[in-house]
Amino acid sequence: MSGQPVSSPAVDGARGGIQDRESALAKLMIAPAILVITAMIGVPFVLAILYSLSDATTGDPSIKIVGLRNFRAALADPVFRISLWNTVFFTLVSQCIVVLLSRLLATALLKKFRGKWLVRFLIMLPWTAPISLGVIGWLWMFDSIFSPIDWVLRYVGLLGAPGALLGAGTNLYYLGVPGLAISSIILVDVWRILPLATVIQLAGLSSIPRDLLEAAEVDGATPWRRTLMITIPLTLPITSIAFLFGVVFTFTDLVVVYVLTRGGPVHMTQVLSSWTFFKGIEGGDLAQGAAISLFMFPVLASVAILILRTARRTEVV
Amino acid sequence: MGCVEIRGISKLFGTVRAVDHVDLATNEGEFLVLLGPSGCGKTTLLRMIAGIEEPTEGEMAIDGRVVTNMPPRMRDIAMVFQSYALYPHMTVYKNIAFPLRARGVEKGAVRKKVEWAAGMFKIGRLLDRKPRELSGGERQRVALARAMVREPSVFLLDEPLSNLDALLRTSAREELRQFQRRVGVTTIYVTHDQVEAMGLGDRIVVMSQGKIRQIGTPMDIYQWPADTFVATFVGSPPMNLLDQGDTLLGFRPETFLPADAVEGSEGVLTYPFEVTYLEYLGAERLVYGNVGEKSHARHVVSRLPGSLTLSLEAGKTYPFAVALRDLRRFDKKSGLFKGGGAS
Repeated sequence: MSGQPVSSPAVDGARGGIQDRESALAKLMIAPAILVITAMIGVPFVLAILYSLSDATTGDPSIKIVGLRNFRAALADPVFRISLWNTVFFTLVSQCIVVLLSRLLATALLKKFRGKWLVRFLIMLPWTAPISLGVIGWLWMFDSIFSPIDWVLRYVGLLGAPGALLGAGTNLYYLGVPGLAISSIILVDVWRILPLATVIQLAGLSSIPRDLLEAAEVDGATPWRRTLMITIPLTLPITSIAFLFGVVFTFTDLVVVYVLTRGGPVHMTQVLSSWTFFKGIEGGDLAQGAAISLFMFPVLASVAILILRTARRTEVV
Repeated sequence: MGCVEIRGISKLFGTVRAVDHVDLATNEGEFLVLLGPSGCGKTTLLRMIAGIEEPTEGEMAIDGRVVTNMPPRMRDIAMVFQSYALYPHMTVYKNIAFPLRARGVEKGAVRKKVEWAAGMFKIGRLLDRKPRELSGGERQRVALARAMVREPSVFLLDEPLSNLDALLRTSAREELRQFQRRVGVTTIYVTHDQVEAMGLGDRIVVMSQGKIRQIGTPMDIYQWPADTFVATFVGSPPMNLLDQGDTLLGFRPETFLPADAVEGSEGVLTYPFEVTYLEYLGAERLVYGNVGEKSHARHVVSRLPGSLTLSLEAGKTYPFAVALRDLRRFDKKSGLFKGGGAS
């Protein structure tokens, strides 16, 4: 003790610790989130921009700026154009189907019936399974020789017999024929997002006050009219949220295409994320891969803004 | 037009009998009030009349047409919900137009009818607003206009005034009564508030535990309660009940007055009244106390009009009396009315 003034405990108590200083506490508690976002999103994003403007490869990742060359090359590449179109097409088609199916499922799950918990459990299951494992399961379902779907079709006589509806061949080769491959990928995309969308829709539907639907019933509206005039308008904000979340997940997804088709046959199912991976990592052209992936940014940014706006709208209603 | 007949209606929720063998018939154009404590089944009964709830047993007819299993839209009824249930995403205009549009009324006619209904409830200037921009009183008017716009044959109201503040409730009550008289639509009104029931009803149906206890005019219900439940549920403070062997002797607090103030040509019953507590309420005084001998003293309440300026003190005993014609007798076991007046 060297005669330095020591703050008395009484004064400390009056000022309060960090727990009582809300502005300091707020900064402290938000800091981890900001750190994580900077490290996991900010840094890779800046790196992607730098790479896309450079001539980096996996062999020589040093950054030397070469301008917009990579973007021009990407746009001139027909596979890139297919990927861009496929990404948009797969996303929109699958999410439209998801919105329709999830609304149907949610409506059914609002009703009371025996074994409802089991149905709920089964619907949620795809969401809890790791996506890669689920897609490998689908890979077996779509197997060119041992597909159980083909087996069932053959059994019921739709396939494999002369004059059968789906042809006389023994298999349909789901992942080998362009049209079927595209449909298969959309199917798995739907299967993947449906649980999340159903849960969101269920929340939306059960938030409609029962009084409103009863009032509409007494006011003389048929069930169809009640759906059209009351249920759909009232759940539109939350349905849009389900749709936009599905868009983000599907738009950026690599696993489904990578596991099922690797973009084939002949790039017919290539999407931006898979093409980024094949070009940038497997092909070694980091700069080109970064440029391709950045084409996703405008879409994702605008979807994110839409989500935030819609979420605010749901709060007001 | 507008007669509701209910025959032996019951509603079970699981094993609970929410409504228990109810028979009821409305007169044409009358204002019928269903009154009872919460959970007595009055709202369930109303919802069954509306068709939102399906009865477990019994039959129901509107204007002679059996509607027991008909959906609400085929019953020609309108209902105002306790929450008003306005469609939040529609303007007031579209809310009021909804029942007409649902019936496929053509656009020009819809406009005319909506303006007529809005005029009737003085909400013409609110037509472009959304429900969330309205006050409680305005919402209530919109709900009434929406219910009335297609001129139903029966009008159902489920505690429509309970979300209004006290001042507004009184004026809304008066308006509602005048409006109903003017259009003459048979109205069934659910409430737990006895003042509302007495003020509004042509007849009151008192319910308890899913059963009807009494049907009668407000005066019948108040003066001649059918049993001790009605006697103590209607009136505030409730009817005094004195235990007299196998009989309960009942009299209203306002008939139990200082002996000098009671004039009874057919005789009076006088009690020594030991005052325990006094409440001054402005227009009246409530005097709480006991009558009878110490061993089985009975708690009773007297309600003195403000004009009676007699000074009373807690702890003292005064002679109080009730005229014989104001006495009601009930069976102690069943609670049923046995006789009253001087008889």
